[in-house]
Amino acid sequence: MADRRYVRRFGRSERLQHLVLLVTFLGLAATGLPLLFSDAAWARPMAQLLGGFGVTGTLHRIFAASLIAVSLVHVSWIALRVLRGERGVLWGPTSLVPQPRDLVELYRHVRWFLWRGPKPAFDRYTYWEKFDYLAVFWGMVIIGGSGLMLWFPEFFARFLPGWAFNVALLVHGEEALLAVGFIVTIHFFNSHMRPRKFPMDMVMFTGVVPEEEYARERPLEYARLKSKAALEALLAPPPDPRFERRARLGGGVAIAVGLMLFVLIVVASLTR
Amino acid sequence: MVRADGRPVVVRPDAFAASIHGGLSCIDCHADLATVSDFPHPERLAPVSCASCHDEPAAGLMRSVHGTVSAAAGGALQCAACHGPPHQIKPSSDFESPTHKLQIAETCAECHSGLTGPGARRGPAVAGMFADSIHAMALERTTVAPACTDCHHSHDILRKTDAKSPVHPPNIPAACGTCHGEQRRLFGDSVHAERLAAGSPGAPQCASCHTAHRMAATASDEWQLAAVEQCGTCHREALATYRDSVHGQVTALGFTPVAKCADCHESHQVYRVTDARSSVSPQNLLTTCRTCHPSATPNFVQFQPHANKEDRDRLPALYYAALFMDGLLLSVFVFFAAHTLLWFARERIGPSDEGAHHG
Repeated sequence: MADRRYVRRFGRSERLQHLVLLVTFLGLAATGLPLLFSDAAWARPMAQLLGGFGVTGTLHRIFAASLIAVSLVHVSWIALRVLRGERGVLWGPTSLVPQPRDLVELYRHVRWFLWRGPKPAFDRYTYWEKFDYLAVFWGMVIIGGSGLMLWFPEFFARFLPGWAFNVALLVHGEEALLAVGFIVTIHFFNSHMRPRKFPMDMVMFTGVVPEEEYARERPLEYARLKSKAALEALLAPPPDPRFERRARLGGGVAIAVGLMLFVLIVVASLTR
Repeated sequence: MVRADGRPVVVRPDAFAASIHGGLSCIDCHADLATVSDFPHPERLAPVSCASCHDEPAAGLMRSVHGTVSAAAGGALQCAACHGPPHQIKPSSDFESPTHKLQIAETCAECHSGLTGPGARRGPAVAGMFADSIHAMALERTTVAPACTDCHHSHDILRKTDAKSPVHPPNIPAACGTCHGEQRRLFGDSVHAERLAAGSPGAPQCASCHTAHRMAATASDEWQLAAVEQCGTCHREALATYRDSVHGQVTALGFTPVAKCADCHESHQVYRVTDARSSVSPQNLLTTCRTCHPSATPNFVQFQPHANKEDRDRLPALYYAALFMDGLLLSVFVFFAAHTLLWFARERIGPSDEGAHHG
């Protein structure tokens, strides 16, 4: 195992962005859910636990500002890469932008689910990973936008009609419910907890993936890297075991918190 | 020496002399004693009628709920039940008297504390509630604060269902207004007072929100949050839509520094929205919102704090936004639930054919 080769899939910046996203997302969910489900039995104790009215609200805004900041950094980072002439960012096999190919892969993947065909060969990003990624953009615009409206209503009311705030309040909660529900069930399953990945996929934390796993899961990307002789440059040493242990612990805590929030949502919905 | 029931066998001259009746002679009350010439007089004398001097209080007692208490509940009350042993009665101005203002609550509590014992009389158990009220706390500082008799009277106490009772709901504002004159004035021509005067059942008066005996400080969080629920007992839809707003969600979590019913609608001066005097009338709305949102604009106050997302006519934008969000959530979750379950089943039970395509 010592000479097992690893391929670098995510850089330091991407991993750090994911980490900030993860922490702020769960923080926003934990501080926002008591308000959204204020009639649930757990809402009052949880709001008290998080520091009460003033503190919970302040934490929510700190997480929100951090998430908005990391989103702006991310968009600037993409823009910079495009401006620098990096190819394959906005289109092509290495891009996260949905393309006709993704529909074909979805179709083939479902056929594979139903034992009606071979598993499709995926490239650098699969269709469900693109959905996860773009959902964050959609969520940032909808939840972030409505959140800012609710944070600074007096400013936004200078040019927005009153009903816009009714819509903002509704949409902020509903979209948050969608985001939390999606992340802690679908994203957790697809990326971490499905049988082949259980309990979690470490690549977003360590940045590297074993070469044979890469070749098996993303054969098109692997073949292209090999043919372009780009693979050598991406080979990396195995992750530091101590770092990996810490990352596993942190990731595990995040998954546990996420699932706990999901249970609270289910309890609140069933007892409403 | 005392009898089996605790009454003294003899009248103690010193105690009697110190009582308010100390100046009277025995036969002033015990009229039958005047005709006795052979002493010692018989063991039992005829019952004394306090009414021979105190005709008005006695008549009041006869008419009162205490005068008509059923035998099952202990029978009608006699003067001594409240005023103490007949030969030791003190004036109500005496601190020692059971009818002194500071002693009244305790005296009433003998029957109104919910305690039961052999032969105990029982009335509604309200003494404990009163003991914790701001009225009882104020009584420790000033005798201006009310004791039981200030609201219920002393001899002619009537049930609250009796239209002549000062605590009959339509009469309550007048009773409370004896001390709380300004609140009574403000409440006076509110829509609530209007309904109350019209005899509308359930129309609110002071005690509806403030309670009758418990009477918490209005500055307490507990009372303010309870008041919101109280408004909701009549204004059900308003409470439901309030709970959908940030204001209502924050108060549902037990925190009070956001708008509660009375912060926008006023507490005593509640008028219809169409009434220009209403704090939420179109003329006054901006001023009212600015209490908490100082730079609110006319646009800002078009926000509907009691929005119902199912009311298409009133807020079409919200209705369609809710419809869209429902559709979005449903389609995303249904699609991915199916996708995920199929994937799970395939990976779990199926032999992997991964790698087959690049072999």
